[in-house]
Amino acid sequence: MTALWGALLLAGLACLVIKLAGHVLPEHWLAQPRVARVAALVTVALLSALVAVQTATSGSQVVVDARLPALAVAAVALVLRAPFVVVVVLAAATAAGLRLLGMP
Amino acid sequence: MTPHDPATAARRQAISVSVATGLYGVSFGALSVAAGLTVPQTMALSLLMFSGGSQFAFIGVVGGGGALGAAVASAALLGARNGLYGAQLTPLLDLPWRWRLPAAHLTIDESTAVATAQPTRAVARTGFWWTGVGVFVLWNVFTLLGALAGDRLGDPRTYGLDAAAGAAFLALVWPRLAGRTAQGVAAAAVVVALGTTPLLPAGVPVLLAAVVAVVVGLVTTGSAPTGPASTGPASTGRATDGASR
Repeated sequence: MTALWGALLLAGLACLVIKLAGHVLPEHWLAQPRVARVAALVTVALLSALVAVQTATSGSQVVVDARLPALAVAAVALVLRAPFVVVVVLAAATAAGLRLLGMP
Repeated sequence: MTPHDPATAARRQAISVSVATGLYGVSFGALSVAAGLTVPQTMALSLLMFSGGSQFAFIGVVGGGGALGAAVASAALLGARNGLYGAQLTPLLDLPWRWRLPAAHLTIDESTAVATAQPTRAVARTGFWWTGVGVFVLWNVFTLLGALAGDRLGDPRTYGLDAAAGAAFLALVWPRLAGRTAQGVAAAAVVVALGTTPLLPAGVPVLLAAVVAVVVGLVTTGSAPTGPASTGPASTGRATDGASR
């Protein structure tokens, strides 16, 4: 519990320091196209990996369960330009419904 | 003030973005408690980290049983783009030094998107502060509501909250998937993350996926979008990063 608090405060501080760096460092350091390109792709990679891990893993195993069809519903909602909250609620409702029907 | 006064328009835009973004603080609050954090820990994330993508990543890794170091690293890496936003905002807003710390804390996808969409420096400042403060207040209020509700729900799987986490990340990455390079990196990240999950400690596969992006970013040429995702909340009402919170 204490370790979690420590990690949480450290991560919060790290995020603030990164934000502050943008406001106080000379602009040209961060204005290189290569820096911007890497940062944009890192964001895409991390979020995509998190989608995969949150949807299709359980512990150290890759599994398929009600979360996968729920993600498909979320993708359809995004194609239809649904707001964030609607996307999340539809996915949750799909998984909850499928589990009521007996899917793991 | 006429109806076409740019400052009024900026404030309106700020309020609509704040409401849309703040609302999904409910999902963060509920998911955070479901991942095993307490209500005070959940609030500490929204108040101190205040960057949606980083916050979701932190609870995602912790909830998946990952090492705390991996949770910190994932959150910090997802916060990296906020540093670039600051570099865009500094010349635009031209703030006195004493305002730079509060401005830095409020530097997220949404405040950057609204500020950079305005016609003049004065209106950009209006848009930045109204959006930053608006999202901050509503994000925290709704995080608290979600956390308190999540605390009473019991098993999160019954309500599909575990599936909601994946959907939340998909919604965050969605506006950033324009372009072949981004799509390729996304696909590679999924393959790397799932392929190494049986082999590596929890949390590490996600970080390994980021390495792929660094390599691709360094070897490819051409420009990537540097601003907040262009289909972000300012234009569609869809949140890009609460993620940035």
